[in-house]
This record gives sequence, structure tokens and C-alpha cells, in this order.
Amino acid sequence: MALSDKDRIFQNLYGTQPWNLAAARMRGNWDGTAAIIARGRDGIIEEMKNSGLRGRGGAGFPTGMKWSFMPKQSDGRPSYLVVNADESEPGTCKDRDIIRHDPHTLIEGCLIAGFAMGAIAGYIYIRGEYYNESIVLEAAIAEAYEAGLLGKNAAGSGYDFDLYVHRGAGAYICGEETALIESLEGKKGMPRLKPPFPAAVGLYGCPTTVNNVETIAVVPEILRRGGAWFASFGRPKNSGTKIFCIQGHVNKPCNVEAEMSIPLRELIERYAGGVRGGWDNLLCVIPGGSSTPLLPKSVCDDVLMDFDALREHRSGLGTAGVIVMDKSTDVIRAIARLSAFYKHESCGQCTPCREGMGWVKRMMDRMVIGDAEVDEIDVLDNVTRRIEGHTICALADGGVWPVQGLIRHFRPLMEDRIAAFKARNTRLAAE
Amino acid sequence: MAKVTVDGIEVEVPNGASVLQACEAAGKEVPRFCYHERLSVAGNCRMCLVEVEKAPKPVASCAYPVMDGMKVFTDTAVVRQARRNVMEFLLINHPLDCPICDQGGECDLQDQSVAYGHDTSRYGEPKRAVKDKDIGPLVKTVMNRCIHCTRCVRFSAEVAGTSEMGGTNRGENMEIGTYVEKALTSELSGNLIDICPVGALTSRPYAFVSRPWELSKTDSIDVLDAVGANIRVDARGPEVLRIIPRINEAVNEEWMADRGRFSFDGLKRRRLDRPWVKRDGKLAAATWPEAFAAIAAKLSALPGERIGAVAGALADAESTLALKDLMAAYGSANLDCRDDFAAIDASRPDFFRFNTTIAGIDEADALLIIGADVRREAPVLNARIRKRWTHGKFPIGFVGPRGVDLTYPAQHLGEGPAAMQGFAETLKAAQKPMIILGRGALQRADGAAVLAAAWALAEQTGALTPDWHGFNLLHLFGGQVGALELGFVSGKPLAEMLSGGVDALWLLNADGFDPARIPVGTFVIYQGHHGDAMAARADVILPGAAYTEKDATWVNTEGRAQRGRLAIFPPGEAKEDWRIIRAYSEGVGKTLPYHDTGAIRARLAETSPVFARVGDVLRGGCADTAGPASGATTDAPFVLPIAVYHQADVISRASDTMAECAAVYGPAQAMAAE
Repeated sequence: MALSDKDRIFQNLYGTQPWNLAAARMRGNWDGTAAIIARGRDGIIEEMKNSGLRGRGGAGFPTGMKWSFMPKQSDGRPSYLVVNADESEPGTCKDRDIIRHDPHTLIEGCLIAGFAMGAIAGYIYIRGEYYNESIVLEAAIAEAYEAGLLGKNAAGSGYDFDLYVHRGAGAYICGEETALIESLEGKKGMPRLKPPFPAAVGLYGCPTTVNNVETIAVVPEILRRGGAWFASFGRPKNSGTKIFCIQGHVNKPCNVEAEMSIPLRELIERYAGGVRGGWDNLLCVIPGGSSTPLLPKSVCDDVLMDFDALREHRSGLGTAGVIVMDKSTDVIRAIARLSAFYKHESCGQCTPCREGMGWVKRMMDRMVIGDAEVDEIDVLDNVTRRIEGHTICALADGGVWPVQGLIRHFRPLMEDRIAAFKARNTRLAAE
Repeated sequence: MAKVTVDGIEVEVPNGASVLQACEAAGKEVPRFCYHERLSVAGNCRMCLVEVEKAPKPVASCAYPVMDGMKVFTDTAVVRQARRNVMEFLLINHPLDCPICDQGGECDLQDQSVAYGHDTSRYGEPKRAVKDKDIGPLVKTVMNRCIHCTRCVRFSAEVAGTSEMGGTNRGENMEIGTYVEKALTSELSGNLIDICPVGALTSRPYAFVSRPWELSKTDSIDVLDAVGANIRVDARGPEVLRIIPRINEAVNEEWMADRGRFSFDGLKRRRLDRPWVKRDGKLAAATWPEAFAAIAAKLSALPGERIGAVAGALADAESTLALKDLMAAYGSANLDCRDDFAAIDASRPDFFRFNTTIAGIDEADALLIIGADVRREAPVLNARIRKRWTHGKFPIGFVGPRGVDLTYPAQHLGEGPAAMQGFAETLKAAQKPMIILGRGALQRADGAAVLAAAWALAEQTGALTPDWHGFNLLHLFGGQVGALELGFVSGKPLAEMLSGGVDALWLLNADGFDPARIPVGTFVIYQGHHGDAMAARADVILPGAAYTEKDATWVNTEGRAQRGRLAIFPPGEAKEDWRIIRAYSEGVGKTLPYHDTGAIRARLAETSPVFARVGDVLRGGCADTAGPASGATTDAPFVLPIAVYHQADVISRASDTMAECAAVYGPAQAMAAE
């Protein structure tokens, strides 16, 4: 059962219509916003909890619960909403399409979410490379101000809310919520220690909630149609619709909004034209952006695309950036490239990540050509486990999971490569 | 309070304390690199990981707040493994050049690798190489050794108040440095050496000089400013090789200023190591008996009131008292310890002490600084003010020259005495206002009037109450307050002595004024340790001991007596100063009634109660608000007393290290072609 068009939240994901306010209104955005806000903070948060929406940025934390952590009564400090549009996870480009083709879903979501958490202002932290997108977003916000949808008495709700766009400078780590806050404050983007969590001490020391673009952008539609509608898609605790970014060795790479818990094979074959050379040509899939461990074809055959199913297979839904690799892929080299990325993007704060990522990257480089001993595969695996879970933020975890996934599923391939290298070099030595 | 169980030991710690503090309270040692008690928490080295019940991952104990009923485990397999892991990661890119590293023997990384290190390395890849940075003549960098704990970054931003250190680049490529390479401008830069847990920041003057286990270590007091920082003098044989601070929460916490730390090489140069007597207008080397005879011949021929004595910046309390007693034996009351002509009123101790006390700064809620560049006159005390300022709600006013950077924002009120009134309203609004008057502000014709005006302002703004004393005089050197406490101000003041009031002058470490002011006919006895300008003017030179070479008592600006100890022996024939005076007195039949250190210290305690409570200070409110004699102030702008921070005293003027600093930090030299 494919998701029907009427149940898609992002009606203009492909940019077939203009992004502007007039067109957005035709699509149903900004319809009855004041009435939604009139339901009150508790009403909105309750509805969000009912919808079962889990954060779309990768960690999958229940959104309604996250909002409920914000203080109900201000202690004199203002509260802030921060939207994480620093979409840097390799394999992910959903927020980009939302911002450039459907920015008003995000802006309306900001207003409602901001109200639900008592924020006086929202900041959208957009990655520096999204220059054109930031232009669209700024223009859309200007339109919204013009139409009285933001600012004083936003959308006629009697609630004052300002929205700002801040462009990042292109660091992956600034997508981590506390590093993002640091960067927004004008400092070097380095994650903060938790606790205190941002809901207690966040931006400028004030209560703050950081949400992903997609999480915020689906909010108005959920509240218009009801949490039960949203919860009707997907399996329990994994409900809703989700934008999947399908790329790699598929015939038609695309972003597509589909229901959660769709089988991976159906997702690829229905929306992305199938794997290049047919399903049997599939080698493996990285299901949720570069941080999630890859899944070999045997798992891909029947796995469902949701948080819990993928976790059962020791991977994750992450940002739902599906990277498909067919049998022409040198998977060791592919993962080595990811290791190089994480080494480059480690902020350098925590010892295990700073020192370990370089170590992993250098070992992976040798694994690509096979210049190693077989027991070094164990050393590599051991090093990744010494990095994982010992750092301030989760970059280190995400940086070593791909390597762990590789060793878990493709160890024989690595051993063959080492043996081949040895054979080549022994022969040379003997000559 | 929260009850926390650490390895089965139950301790109570305040709410908001960290798990690490709870572990320490339970007597459990937790290894750490980035955590430092006096800096903000970074939580990045990951060495202090411990297990907390119900936490899914090991937590960084330095950054994790305690909760009531929490159970902490510091010695489980997981914890030990986590620490071994961190150690392995730290060492893969660390050069392991301990044999040629100056930190060797006192290196946190070295010590902890004994407990958590591996015997072999699994790392076969190329190691990281980082270019060394030139950050000035005092701190040497070997950046390959840096473990990125960021203590130096936090120290310079938080304590020193000069945000000069930082990290550039990201991840493995991060480098600690000043970004644009330059010499650190802080007067506290030497402390970077102490807080660096590895050998990345080491002392440049001490480079390749010694190993810590070769040094004899002597607890002493820094006298090159009036803070009286507690120090440890490390010596080998006849040489002081380095000076490092000790912890004293009430005085210097654990910091010390650069001049005190690095000027010790001046102790080896330009020393007076034998007596000299002027014969036929020229100084000639002499023996002690010859020198004493020359003095005795002159003094015995003079009536008491024609003899004067001056104690200077680096005179210890024992010798000052001995000189005072000797002068009394000669029937002379002409004593002055204000060799910089500061118009200090010695009639009551609270006119010349730092009454609030250094620790009391933490309680103050408004501050007016008059004519004192606290940053250069007392860098450690300045750090204390900055610490108070960082806690917020602490307005600070400053009267003095423009362009003085105190490391915290201060409202510039004006340059002359009249401007101090501009802060009266702010002080009045405060509960515990403080006024710091610089000694330099009193070195002027209307100095007494400035003192009286500052006292009057303190009184009128409520800084003088029965339980708060907000009037503070900031002195410049370690010997100045001791002499005031001993009442070394009587008879003819120095200016009168210099204009023909006396025929013979006994100068005890008095280098504060221009020797040319001494009239030609005056007979000058110079007792001191360095052949500075004043010694050249002397008729007899008595070689004394520097502060590292004698057991002596020093009084800091608060009026806190502290004991310095002999670390090395004085060079050549030089002797401990009070013994010189005692020996002389015996030779002329005016034997002073003490012949050992115990006896003269008993006499000190009799003379002033300050010396009866060594190490301590009596802090109280102001019992008597009647001020010193007032006068009319002029509008002349204040002039700061220390022109070149690194060369403010005789020891540092003889130091090569300080000369290099003065060249680096001093005003730009005029080009030769100009």
C-alpha cells in the first residue's frame, strides 16, 4: 500500500509549484494557524505526543516529550527555538528540498512549535553551503513578516514570535545540537557537556529546544489533521510519514515522502526505479545516512525502514539517507572514505575522537589495499569500540559505526584483500 | 548536601558538586588532565571517566553533577579499561621523548601512564607533527607534546584575562597557540607552565637545566611584589634554578607573577659579595673588620640626630628591626622606610594596610582603584579582582592614566585626584565597597592630601564600618609593609635627611630614590645585595643576602607576616642582614640584645603583633574612622610608579631573562637610522 498523494505533507517537494506564500496557501499551509495556537501549549504538546512523531534528525527522540521539557513558567530568561538546518550528514538532502521548495511548512512549524515551547524567537541555523536555500528561506520569512504571519501578533494568534536565519560555515559538527548553539553564539562549534541540557541552559544560557527541519515542518499538518492521522502510518512507536533520500546505485535517485516502516526493497523498487542491474546486483545499503552501519543484501531483502527494525539489525534509521551500493562497489574503499570524512570533521575536543578517528582512517586506508595483518582487523574493531561511547557527543559513535558494520558483514572480503596483497608482495620479494 | 556513595564509602557533598569532587571527598583518586580546580570544566580529556549506577555509559566525573543517593564506582573493570583506552589514544600522537623533555619527573601523562599505560604500542602509523610556536621569552613550546586539554586556553581567558591562547583548526589538526604568533602579554604567563599537564609548555629559562629530583626545595615567600605569594625555591648547590608557586588560598591561590618567578638569574649577577670601603674617593675591596671600623669611626664622631637610616623595598623585618635598635643605641630617631617618598601615614596600621585582605576581595561589591596599575603592581591580586569581576555585579572605577588595561573593564573616571569623587555614588550604593589606593599615588607633593582624600571618600561612602574595612593601600614590594609595622618612620623624613638633615645615612636595601639627591658631604653606608646605582654612591658597602639566601620575615600588603627560608647561601662574604648589624653593634659596644633568630623574632613579636601571628592576618572592620591629616590636593594627573614591569627592582634589573622581557614587551625601540 503506497502512500497516497493526499496523505503527503510536503506537496511541493519536487518544486513543481512556486515556493512563495501565495502558492503555499493554495497547498494548505498557514490554514487556521491561529486556531491551532488557540488550543494552547498543553493542547499542542498533547497532540504531538499522540502523533508519535519522533525527531527526524537522526536520534529519533519523541518530539512531544522534548517540547514538554521546556519550562512552563519563565524564571526571567526567555526561551528559544532553534531549528537545525545544518544538514551535513552524507547521503541526506531532505531538509534542502523542504527549504527550497516548501519553506512555508517550516516557517509555520516554527511559529507553532515556538508557541508550544513558549519561545520568544526562533533561529534557523542553515549550513553555509546551502546558499541558495538560505536566500529562499530569507525571502519566505520576509513574505511571512509582510503578511503578518511572524512578528507581533503572528498570524493573528495574539502571540509574538520572531524568526531569524543564521548561516553556518560548513562544519559537520555544528549539526550536533550543543555545538550548533555554540556556533550560533559566535564561538567555535564544539559540543557542550550535558547535563545541563539545552532545555535548561541552551542558547545564550536560556532554555532552548533544537529540532530538525523536517520535524518542525511536519508539525502544522499533524495539528491540522490530528495526531491520530499521522500515527496511522507505520508501525507503533515508528509512526508517520518520512522523507527518504535514495541515492547511489539505483536507477532513479530521488527524495520521496513515504510512510514509515516501508520495506526497504519496496522503497527502492517503487520509488527509485530499483537497484542498478536488478535486486540481485545489490551488495549492501547504508540505510540512514553515513553514520549508520551498512546492511548486507541478505538483511536488505526484508528489513523494514523504521527506527526499531533497523536497530534490531544493529543499524539505524538516522536521517533516512539511503545509500545503495551494487556489486561494482569497493565497499572497503567506500567505508574508508567515510572514515576520512569523520577524521576531518572531528572537532578535536575529546581525546578518543580526536586521536582515534585519525588512527581508524589510517588503518582503513591500509585495509583498502590490503596492506595489513589479519589480526589488525581485530585491532581496528577494538579501536572503534574504545572510541564509541567515551566522548561528549555522538559524532565519534557515528564515525566508527560504519567501520564496525563493515567488519561485521564483510570481514571475509577484508581478509581476502590482505591475502591478495601478501601474495602479490611475497612474489615480488621472491623475484 | 547530597549523599553519594563512592566505592561503598558514603560521603556528603554540596549540591551542584561534581562526581569528581565527591570521589576526592571519599579519598579516591581520579586521574585527570583537563580538569583544574580553578578553571572552568572542559570535560574533554575523558581520563576521569567513572561508572555511575544506572548511567548507560561511563561518565566524565569532572563534569557530571552529583545527585542524592548516587552510587559511583571508580575502580571497576569498565573504568580501568576506559582509562587505559584514553591513555592509549593520548600516547599514539605523543612523541614519547621523555628523556629530553623538561616535564620529565613531574609530568601528569608520565605518572598516569605508569598506572594506565600499555607496555607496547599498537599504533604503527605516522605520528602527528606540530610546529612549535614562539610565545615569548618565558614560555617554551614543544607542541608535539600537546594533548589538547585546553587548560592554557582557559587559564589565559579566565584567570589572566588576556584571551591570547586558543585552538586553531579542527580535530586531529587542532593546534594550540596564539593564532598570529606573538609573545604573551600576561604578567601571569609563567603559570601556564605549571598548569600544562605535559611538556608542551615549559619554562624557557629552565630548559634543559635540571631534573626535579635533583633539586633541593625550600618553601619561601616572593618579595618582588607586595602580594607575598607563597613560593618554593628550587636550588641545586649554590644556584637557584627555578621558583614555582605554592598553594595559599588566602594569598596567591596557586598563581605567581612572572617577575617573581623568572628574575632569579639576577641573583647571580652584579652581586655585592664582599665589603667595600671608599678610600681616596674610590671604592676598594675591604674586609669586614675594615668596613666596620670605617663606619664606627664616622658614626662615633656624630651626635645621634645627625645620623639617619633608610629601609628600602627589599629589606626584611629582622634587619629593619636590628637597624632601628642600632639607631636607637646611637641616639638617633631619624628613620624612614619610604624610600620612594610615598606620603604614607604610619601612625595607624589601617592607614597603610590592604585592610579588606586579598581573600576579602571575593566579598566586595564595588571597587575604586586610585592611581594603581594593579595588573603590573600586583598581578596575582589583580587576578583575584578579575575573578570577583567574572562573578558579576562588581562595578569598577579607575582613576589614573588613560589606556591602562587591567584585564577587566573599569570605568575611567579621570587622571587626577579630583576624579575619585566621580565614583562616590556607585560606592555608596554598594554594601561592601572597596577602595584600592596605589602606593604610587602617594609619591607626589600632595601625597598626604591624596591619602586623606581617599580615606575621606571611603568614610563618606560607607566603606569604613565596624564589620567592613574597605580602605586599602597597595604596596609594591615585600619589604615595605614590615618596616611600617615596625614603626620605621620617625624623626626627620627622608627628604629632610637628603637636604642636609643628617651627616651619615645607613641605607638598608634602599634603592628607591636617585642617589644624586644625597648631598656630597653625607657619609653613606649601603647595606644590600646588588651593585645597583645606590651602591656606587656608598662610602661603605656591607654585602647582605637576597631573599632566597636568608631566613627572614616579610609582611605583605595586607599586613600578613610570612617566613621566607634560606634556600642557598649568600655569595662570597655576604651575610644575613640582621647578623651584620648585630655584629657591628657588638664591635662598637652597643650590643643588641639578641644573638639568634629565635631571639630577634621574639623581639619582633614584642614590637608589633603582626609578627606574633605569622602566616595569618587579623581581619576586621574599621574601629576608628578618623582619617589621616588632610590637605589640599592638586589636579596633577597620577603617574604610575612602575615604568617597566620586568625591571622594577634590583634583582630583576640584574636578570638577563628580565632584560629580554623588557626588550620584547617594552616600548618599540627607535630605529638606529632615526
